[in-house]
Amino acid sequence: MTTHIVPVRTYVAVFVALLVLLAATVAVNFVSLGELNVLAAMVIAVCKMCLVMLFFMHVRYSGRLIWIYVCIGFYWLAILIALTLGDVLTRAWLRP
Amino acid sequence: MPEPRTIVAPQFDDAAQQQETSMLGMWVFLATEVMFFGGLFASYTMYRALYAQAFAAASHHLDIVLGTLNTAVLLTSSLTMALAVRSAQVGARRTTATLLVVTMLLGLAFLGIKGVEYYQKYVDHLVPGPSFSFSGANRHDAEMFFYLYFVMTGLHALHMIAGVGVMSVLTILTVRGRFTPAYYNPLEIGGLYWHFVDIVWIFLFPLLYLIGHHT
Amino acid sequence: MTNAEPVLKLPRENYLNANYGIKSWLLTTDHKRIALLYLVSVTLFFVLGGIYAGLIRLELLTPYGHFVSDESYNKLFTMHGLIMIFFFLIPSIPAVLGNFMLPMMIGARDLAFPRINLASWYIYILGGIFTLTAAVTGGVDTGWTFYTPYSSTYSNTHVITMAAGVFITGFSSIFTGLNFIVTTHKMRVPGLTWFRLPLFVWSIYATSLIMVLGTPVLAISLSLIGLERLFHVGVFNPAMGGDPILFQHLFWFYSHPAVYIMILPAMGVVSEVIPCFARRKIFGYHFVAFSSLAIAVLGFLVWGHHMFVSGQSIYAGMVFSILSFLVAIPSAIKVFNWTATLYKGSVIYRTPMLYSLGFIGLFTIGGLTGLFLATLGIDVHVHDTYFVIAHFHYIMVGGAVMGYMSGLHYWWPKITGRLYPEGWGRLAALIIFIGFNLTFFPQFVLGYLGMPRRYHTYPPEFQVFNVMSSAGASILGIGYLLPLIYLLWSLRYGRVAGPNPWAATGLEWQTTSPPPTDNFSETPAVSDEPYNYYDMEPVPHA
Repeated sequence: MTTHIVPVRTYVAVFVALLVLLAATVAVNFVSLGELNVLAAMVIAVCKMCLVMLFFMHVRYSGRLIWIYVCIGFYWLAILIALTLGDVLTRAWLRP
Repeated sequence: MPEPRTIVAPQFDDAAQQQETSMLGMWVFLATEVMFFGGLFASYTMYRALYAQAFAAASHHLDIVLGTLNTAVLLTSSLTMALAVRSAQVGARRTTATLLVVTMLLGLAFLGIKGVEYYQKYVDHLVPGPSFSFSGANRHDAEMFFYLYFVMTGLHALHMIAGVGVMSVLTILTVRGRFTPAYYNPLEIGGLYWHFVDIVWIFLFPLLYLIGHHT
Repeated sequence: MTNAEPVLKLPRENYLNANYGIKSWLLTTDHKRIALLYLVSVTLFFVLGGIYAGLIRLELLTPYGHFVSDESYNKLFTMHGLIMIFFFLIPSIPAVLGNFMLPMMIGARDLAFPRINLASWYIYILGGIFTLTAAVTGGVDTGWTFYTPYSSTYSNTHVITMAAGVFITGFSSIFTGLNFIVTTHKMRVPGLTWFRLPLFVWSIYATSLIMVLGTPVLAISLSLIGLERLFHVGVFNPAMGGDPILFQHLFWFYSHPAVYIMILPAMGVVSEVIPCFARRKIFGYHFVAFSSLAIAVLGFLVWGHHMFVSGQSIYAGMVFSILSFLVAIPSAIKVFNWTATLYKGSVIYRTPMLYSLGFIGLFTIGGLTGLFLATLGIDVHVHDTYFVIAHFHYIMVGGAVMGYMSGLHYWWPKITGRLYPEGWGRLAALIIFIGFNLTFFPQFVLGYLGMPRRYHTYPPEFQVFNVMSSAGASILGIGYLLPLIYLLWSLRYGRVAGPNPWAATGLEWQTTSPPPTDNFSETPAVSDEPYNYYDMEPVPHA
């Protein structure tokens, strides 16, 4: 079985990056960006998730099948949220 | 003590097939977990969109220090988990066991801090239900926020508890010499589960604790 | 050459006699034995669900129903729906036929995770116990759809017990689907590429995708109902700023794809049976394979068509309506391909074929009436009427159950080593077909005329159709009783089948009937395309 052995250095570097992103997300919260605050927080969260997935969960070293199933989970979640929000946010568009 | 043979279950042709199969199985399971939490995230997204201000006001009552600390605790536990799997890959049994124990302790620390937070909410009358009291215009919408807070972090905590259970089993198996560089599937898939629970928190933290601008 | 046929014997050692004793069955990890555990369980639940149906039709014989009270009637249709959907339709083909056939069709010795397979069955039984407990302690009256705020706040029945039962059984579904997905990806024999797989495998794979991605959302919605009932606060409670429609979104996000869980495996059976009994390669293999995946994917985009009149935004309604039209396309493609397979085939009317042909006709009617319902303007009028009930029974009974019966008869020789009596098989299929149409066609008319669903009283002018429907139901009941009897009879007295009584293609027919525990004495290798019926001998005469 030839699973890639990731060097300790890489793991530690990822960890440091995660802590930096954590600091960033807290710091951004103290700056008033209005609507963009949510976006910034989500972008940072997605970056952290990608770091954890690619390196700690070895997705970077995994085959195409794993990549497909990783994406499937998020795509389906996106459908649930998008279409539900689509209803909720458009109810007010048409008032009799 | 001689190296244990890698046991290949009878339905598999070889160890490589067994390993790939168990990895794919865990990823498919994680996809189901994404959808399980997803229902709650969808509910949260809807109500946050509808009650943005109330959610922001309510969020300010969460302890941002404890929340940040907990996030750091979990991120560290992911590091130790990844290092534990790596130690098994290179055959360092004692290091693997130690790292697993550290991961568990960090997980328990997370749960402890969570418990402290829950207790604080209880004392502050912010638990939804008859004793809920919120000073501010949108009492009901704030109650909705706290309901989602408790359900989402509660479900997450349940998964953490299960994760700690899994870690303890893996620790025992490691100490008993069950894993070798040729066979460490359970560690790998246990690690995947642990990292997933961490990722859920990576999203829960900003969505619950960092709404609206803090002064 | 004489007319004597070779004397066939049951194989000396097979999966049925490899071990004796109740522990060897209750602790088995053999996918074939687990399939039989499921066969017994789903049959028992089918009978129970059928009894509830019988009580409903009995009540509806008269317009001012006096047989049961209002509350009891609500419990009858709720239990009928819950049991039939979660304890029969969803597990039936996947957990019985899929469990048995999937490993064999790909040349494997078992599924990827045999112990999880056994756990799935126990979880199913546990969920069943919760459900039966809810049934005998007073039942549930919310409808199988558990709509809030009635289920979360106002109902006084055993909602939590029932919701727990469905929640638990959902995990049985999830683990089965997970097992099938991983097995299909990782355990095919050398040479068996994706496009050499039987279409039944494609259907089961697509079904498993839905099981795995949709069921967790049902689980969380039921959990939220439970929490709201227990703690009197929740996300569906308008008093707290909650929205009852949110429940419908979460519920139907699963429950619409769930109907594809119920129909896709039946389509897979039909894709096996039609080529075999038309002695022709399936027409448009790739189209049928990709249609299965398309149904699984598109099926997740249409759930709002259950909510057109719920208070959902009209714009969302329009989007869901258009998407619902789209999802009909892959199903239609399959029907066209099956029909084209029959064209210029040498059709043999054995029992499995009769059920599959019936499927094509009845599913088409059910599917077309689905398009009427997808049309927003029409749905406004027929929503919550018997039109909807007729539509989904055409698909679920005329489609899914007939598909199950087709597969059960087709693979019965493989599973048991015995042939069922063909004459009785055909008779039962005919009785079921007649009984079914007599039961449900009048319901289209009733719905169009305005009779609401879930009511046990109705205007007297509707009585004629209701009586026809109830009469049909009794015929249908007799029709289902017959296979129960003759299939059991065949276990002892049926003719020995031999490895391939239908001269069918597919790896499962390359081993003995019943198969050995490890399925194959030697691992098969595949180098042919599937359904190469032009090379096969004709089906032996009965």
